[in-house]
Formats: sequence, structure tokens, C-alpha cells
Amino acid sequence: MSGKRGWPVGEALHEVSLTVNGVVRQARVPARRLLSDFLRHDLGLTGTHVGCEHGVCGCCTVLLDGAPVRSCLTFAVTVAGQEITTVEGLAGPDGEPSPVQRAFAECHALQCGFCTPGFLCTVTALLRDNPEPDELHIVEGISGNLCRCTGYQNIVKAVGRAAELAREGGEGTA
Amino acid sequence: MSTRLFGEPVARREDGRLVTGQGRYLDDLGHDALAAAFVRSPHAHARIRDIDVSAALDADGLVAIYTYEDLPERVRDPLPLLIPHPALTHGRTAYPLARDVVRHVGEPVVMVVARDRYLAEDAAALIEVDYEQLKPVVGVEEAVQGAHLVHQDVPGNVGAHLVQEVPSPGGAGAEQEVDAAPHRLSFRLDIERSASMPLEGRGVYARWDADDGSLRVYSSTQTSTSVRMAVAAKLGLPLPKVEVIAPDVGGGFGVKIVHPWPEEVLVPWAAMLLGREVKWTEDRREHFVASAHERAQVQQVRVGFDDEGRVLGLSVTILHDHGAYTPYGIIVPIITATQLLGPYKIGAYRVEFSSIYTNTVQVTPYRGAGRPQAVFCMERTMDKIAAYLGRDRAQVRAANFIQPDEFPYDQGLLFQDGRPLIYDSGDYPESLRLLKELVGWDDFHEVKAEAARHGRRLGIGIGCYVEGTGVGPYEGGHVQVTSDGRVHVSTGLTSQGQGHETVFAQIAATELGVPLDRVSVVTGDTRRFGYAVGTFASRAAVLSGNAIALACRKVREKALRVAAEALEADPRDLEIEDGVVRVAGNPGAGVPLATVAVLSNPLRYAFDEEAVRATQFAGTADLSRPPVDDGDEPGLEGRDYYSPVRSTFASGMHAAVVETDPDTAEIRILRYAVVHDCGRMINPMIVEGQIHGGVAQGVGGALYERMVYDGHGQLLNASFMDFLMPYATEVPYIQTAHLETPSPLNPLGIKGAGEAGVIPVSAVIASAVEDAEGIPVDRMPISPSELHELRRTSRR
Repeated sequence: MSGKRGWPVGEALHEVSLTVNGVVRQARVPARRLLSDFLRHDLGLTGTHVGCEHGVCGCCTVLLDGAPVRSCLTFAVTVAGQEITTVEGLAGPDGEPSPVQRAFAECHALQCGFCTPGFLCTVTALLRDNPEPDELHIVEGISGNLCRCTGYQNIVKAVGRAAELAREGGEGTA
Repeated sequence: MSTRLFGEPVARREDGRLVTGQGRYLDDLGHDALAAAFVRSPHAHARIRDIDVSAALDADGLVAIYTYEDLPERVRDPLPLLIPHPALTHGRTAYPLARDVVRHVGEPVVMVVARDRYLAEDAAALIEVDYEQLKPVVGVEEAVQGAHLVHQDVPGNVGAHLVQEVPSPGGAGAEQEVDAAPHRLSFRLDIERSASMPLEGRGVYARWDADDGSLRVYSSTQTSTSVRMAVAAKLGLPLPKVEVIAPDVGGGFGVKIVHPWPEEVLVPWAAMLLGREVKWTEDRREHFVASAHERAQVQQVRVGFDDEGRVLGLSVTILHDHGAYTPYGIIVPIITATQLLGPYKIGAYRVEFSSIYTNTVQVTPYRGAGRPQAVFCMERTMDKIAAYLGRDRAQVRAANFIQPDEFPYDQGLLFQDGRPLIYDSGDYPESLRLLKELVGWDDFHEVKAEAARHGRRLGIGIGCYVEGTGVGPYEGGHVQVTSDGRVHVSTGLTSQGQGHETVFAQIAATELGVPLDRVSVVTGDTRRFGYAVGTFASRAAVLSGNAIALACRKVREKALRVAAEALEADPRDLEIEDGVVRVAGNPGAGVPLATVAVLSNPLRYAFDEEAVRATQFAGTADLSRPPVDDGDEPGLEGRDYYSPVRSTFASGMHAAVVETDPDTAEIRILRYAVVHDCGRMINPMIVEGQIHGGVAQGVGGALYERMVYDGHGQLLNASFMDFLMPYATEVPYIQTAHLETPSPLNPLGIKGAGEAGVIPVSAVIASAVEDAEGIPVDRMPISPSELHELRRTSRR
């Protein structure tokens, strides 16, 4: 006999409800369910990737109440009631890519794309906190995320470009 | 051919989905699949006495447990030896699950299938394997002593031994030339292990359809067509009943060309047996201990040269560590041995390698595939000659260069494809001139002296390479124009981030004269294209790019023929522009490719309004001929293959300026310059991206990355916390300049670019650190503590 989503009855399940990309989502999961697995496998948001399962590569970075966190080092039950933004939630309400998303594509800041969601979330928070970072701040800001394809040069360029696009966009809507 | 899109830095068509989380990687598929997990050997060398699964049988969510004993015929056989070679006299491959003996930490012993991965790992943890430990063999120099054996039937642990010799023009052997040379040097070089380490590990997901007896396998692989053939053979299925798809793949860099992995056989087999979807996603630790590594070699060099630094004789003996098994044959040491000569004319050359078993993870190609070791050897040799003669390092290289008027240049060796190593084109003196200018080579002594006045230690280094790219046997392309005017391109090789959807679309759009947004590209899906080799050896653009161009030319020819009839014009007067076939110079008369596609397929049934034109009572047919002429086919499509007579040879030169801290021995790269020649570039933005990424991996290999095995064969740093890959803070800004020496071997004049960036980096950094420190650097990677130790020992 098994519970919802196939979890065994033997393992206690917890109702976890949180706001993901502006929508309240819930699922019953065991206490050990990682936030990364919760997002990917319980909620079907597979844009968040898992590269090392020990918090080093940054692929699984999501925004928790606006702050970048490693979802592979976070239990889903510990963030119940909080707000999560994943790569799927970075675009505008009309589906318009965010300045960071546009800049990454424009500057060829991704190749295989596996690390990209983590970078996009990290950089979104970085630019919110510091809308005009210099190169040193940019490099520092992305130095917790591994990329095995690009050599980072175009990622650094993309962050600068995203800041520019955000400023232009801000002026446009002001 | 129009150059409108070919050669332009067109934005990537992959990125839309990848920046919005809509990419589909292996673990994003199969939401409801059962999960597999593996019990892996904790010992480097041991005999399995007993496997007790009883405690696991009651585990929640358990579906099945399999050991070697459970595997049927064929599935239980050793995995294939993919690339046999006469010199590989003792090739050995693993069983999909260990049979009696395990030969490296991480070797799969038991497969567990459960409702999800958490539960599969729970059950796996309850399985008790009783091992009798055997003496592990670690390190090639220990291994060749042969005191203990990795495989009992492989004496001396030698899997392969190969000698290649190219005599001097006068007919003398290399040893003889070295002995007779005015100057001689001999020395030893060491390169440690690293690994491809894509951020997405391996993974397999299989769906068995019992109703029609068909199997669909998704794998994070660099070769879906060959996985398909291997799986069909292992499972005894007719090939047409098996399809293999490489979805979005999160990096490969070589490791994913190996196939079939144990998991690629076992997961589909379990899916068939259980009648359920099964998926396995590799975790990071598994990737460290159960996939593949590369690089490790010990090289002994003897070189003889004249007063100008011209090499008269070069003799290199290599011990190559290939780990516990040889599924990929001896490709890596063959490439080291044959690409070692780089852009140079060497008087006489002799290379001998022994490929050695150790109780460590198997060694198969990682980006560069033996070339970084080869270039390290040759370029260290050049620097040592320059130091010995007191000459400029660039000048010594220039004295040995093959000159532009000497192509095609035959190095007299057999390359990794079994074909002659003949360089097709290149301009090495011009490359060097560009590089020196880019990095400020000639003025560097002033920069260095000025820095020294401020207590700073700077050094400059250089490294040159030639890279055989675009190896055969072949790739194919299929191009179909449908009646909506869209162009569907497919090729069998796979993509791991190289931007194939973009560059192949650029080629098709250019060849067919259609807007880029009308072209779509599918790679690595055997449902679309069944004949292919795979993505490796910087071959995708050369092989599939040319195949697609040739297929497009067939389509174009037919489009012009069909349109000529409709327009009552001579096909030779027609051109295709913006998707419309029209008489050149007459913008009025034209027929869209969509209509040409309709007319190319004579119909009985009209499925939409456009299709009416092609039906039998439309009045457009010539009634004296059959609807489909002899030798013709319905539809506006073409298929063609490109099979090169031999490899095409890209080349490049790198230089770096480093600073070493006089106290802490920290090594910082201040400048990095690259001159790169891959023939005609399809998309320079993508080529630059490949270079950047390659250099970053090279920096990792030069300064940070190593696989630390202890004497027990335990990998001590099997995590991203301990295996140090460069972050943005470690990779320097890379300046690039391009030379475009077209290849005369293929219709598009292109050469491969995928591996170039990584190849010379260890050589360049060694050269620069040596220049900064004035101490020979003969081992890579080099850490601050190793540099500190070098300083200490050199003072003695």
C-alpha cells in the first residue's frame, strides 16, 4: 500500500505548500525531499538543474524570497510558505524574456545550457542588489556557479549587457 | 554559394528554450518512470565472495534487484571493445555488472529498481556484498613492474604496445639522428589525470512498448546511432524496433562518446523485463568513479638538434595509463603519438607507447584526446632547446615550422582513423606573427623587467599545435522542404551545446536561399536519421556540415528543375532567393519553394488547398510521362553523405603571461592570447565560444584539476568540493585572432574547432611559469605548493 505519488505509507508525509513563480503550489512529500527534487519531480518544473548534489556547482540555484539558494541543499519542508522563483518564472507576465535572459542569448553566454538556469537566477538577484556592477563585482557575483562550456567570458559580458538592458527597459517604462 | 548566412555571427536558435527552462535534458523526461540505482564497488580490486540482498527485499518501493547471475545471454557478455587495433593485444572490457572480480572503485555490482530514486538508494544501501580484497595496482610505473596484475591474463599489465618510426630524409632512425646531432637533451615529463566533467552526468531512460515490441531509449550520449545498434544487439531486438534519442545534453567533452555504458544496456533490459519505464540518472560521485578519465601519461624524451634549434631526431617513449578497461581501444595514446609533431618538420621521429592497466577508472577521450599531452611534450621540448641554445623560444619554433608552400605535408605516420597523417593546409609563420603581435611577445622583456623592479615576477609562455579534425568514416544529412515552405534538416550525430541547430541551419539557409527562421534542425534522433558515427574529434561541422550542404545541393537542383517546368524557363536561369525560385534578374516571375514542394509530390488526394495543384486532374502534368519520372522520387527532399578521404588539420598558437607570487607561489594568468585557424568559419561567435570554453578547461588542467588516487586505488577527491574546476575567478580574459586557411578537402573548406582551445594550455602555462621562475617545469598540473616545492628543491 502506498500513499500519494507512490510514497510508502511507512514514511511520514508532509503537506508542503509554497508560492512558486507567483502561484501557490503544494504536494505531500517526505521530510527528506530536496527542494530541487520537489521542484523538478513533484511540481514538474524541470528548468532547475542538478549538477553535483552537494551545493558546489550552482546549477540548482533558485531564488528563495528573492535570495539565491542551492535548492539541492534545501529540504522542501523547510521552505514551506515561502516564495520561490525558478528559471521558469524569470520572464515577464506576457512571456517576454527578462533582460538577463535576453542578454545571455545575445552574448552567447551559454552553450549546453545546463548551468544556465542557475546563472540566470544568480544574476537576477545580483543585478537587483547592484544594478550597475563593475567587472570585479560581476566576476565575484557569479563565482559560485560553475560552467564547463563557456569559459565565463561571455557570461561576464552578458551580465553587463543585462544591466544595460534593464536600465533601458526601466527608462522605457518610467 | 551566397555568403549571406554562412560566416555570420548568427544568434543561436537553441537559446530561446534554454534560457527559459524549456530545455529537455535526460532527467527532465520520464516523470513516472521507475528509478534505477547501483551498488558499486568500494574497493579498487577485490573478489566478490557473496552478495546478500535479503535485507533489501522488504525495502519500501522496491521493484527488482539484479546481479550478474540474473543477466541473460548477450546482456551478460563483456561490453564491446569499440575500437580494436592490432597493437591492442590484450584488450579487456567490463561486464555490465561485475562478475567475480571488481577492478576499480565504482564498478557496478548490483542494479536496484524501485519506485523512485530515494527508495532505490535505500534498498541499495541494504545490500551486503562480501569482498575478498586483492592487491590494487595504482600508477603506471608500479603497474609495469607487473608484480600485481589488474587482469590475471594480462602479463605486465600491458594492454598495448605500439612503435611508429619515421626515418630522416637520409634514411636514418631517430635514435641514430639524436646520437649524431650537434646537441642532445633527454628528460622526463608527467601529466596527471583529469576528466571531461560535463555538468550533466550520464543518464538513460527506456520505454518498452510491449504491444508492438518496440523500444525507445533516451540517453545523454554523444552517439545515439551507435547506442541503438549496441542495444539492439545486446537485447536481440531487430534494429528497426529500437530508437535512440539524445535529448538536450548538458555537455559531453568526450566522456559521453563511450557506449554502451553498463547502464545503457541494463536500463533498457530492465524496462523490457518489467514492462515499465525505467530511468537512471547518474549522480556526481558516480560520474567521478564510474565513467571515464583521461590525460595521465609519463613521457621520456630524447631530442637532437642543430645550432639553430632545428630538431634532427626526436624519440619519445610514453607510458599511458588507461585504467581498468579498454572499451575505447588505444585511441588516446595513438593521438598523442601522432599529433606530437605539431606544426614542425622533424628530421627523424620515433614514438613508442605502452598502454597500461591500473585499478582505476577507465581512460577514454576527454576534449583534446591525447593532444594536450602530445603538445606538452613537443612544446616543452622546444622550450628546452631554446633554453639550451640561449635563443628566443618563438624563433626556435619558427626554425622548425612547415612552410605554407609545403602543403599537403605528409608526416609519414598513420593517424587515429588508420589513414595517412597528411596536413592539408595551414600558415604557421603567419599564425606566429599574429600571436606575437597580439600578446606583445617582442616587447615582453621590458614588461617583465619593469615588473621585476616592483618586486613582481612575470613570465610569458607559448604553445603551438596542429589538430587533426573531422575524422571519418562519414556523416549524412537529410533535407526536406515541406508544402508549407519549411525546411527540415536532420543529421544523425548528436549535440552537447555546440550550437548545431544554428550552424547547420546557417548552412542550409545559405545553400537553399531561404530565410533562417524557416529552417529547423534535428540531431541525434535515430527516428529522423539512422546512419551516423557520432560527435567527437571536432568533426560535427566538417562531417555533418558538408553532408547537409551536399543534401541541400540535391534539393536545390530538384527545386530548380521542377520550378523551371512551372515557369517554362531554363533551370540554369533560375535562382532561389528568400524562399522563392525566380528567373535571375526578373523579380516578377517566381514560384515559392512551398509550391515547388507541392509540385514535387504528385497526388491523388488533396489534403489542403495548396495540394490541389498536385492532384491528377489539376491539368499540370505532362501526360506523356509517368507522374514520377524514372530515377526521380516524390517530394522535395535530398539525402547525402560526406565521407572524407582523411582528416583535415586545424592549427593554432596560444600565449600567456603569468604572475607568480614570490612568497605564496600563487600562479595568476594575467593575459591569454589565442590565434586559431579552423579554415572557413560558419559562425565566428560560436567558434569563439568553443575556444573560450576549451581554454578554460585547459586552465583547469594546467593549474587545478587532478584525480587524486591513493595507494589503495581510492579516488580521494571525487566531488566538486575537492576536484577543482575553474570558476569565473580563475579564467583569464581571452584575446583571440583568427586565420582562415580553407581546407581543400571538403566542399565548405572548413576544419573542426571543438577541441582546439584546450590543447596547448598546459604547455603554455608551463612555459610561462618556467619563464617567470627560471626553474624547469616538467609536470602538470602545477599547484602553488608544487611550485613552492620546485623552488625549494631547485635551490639545493
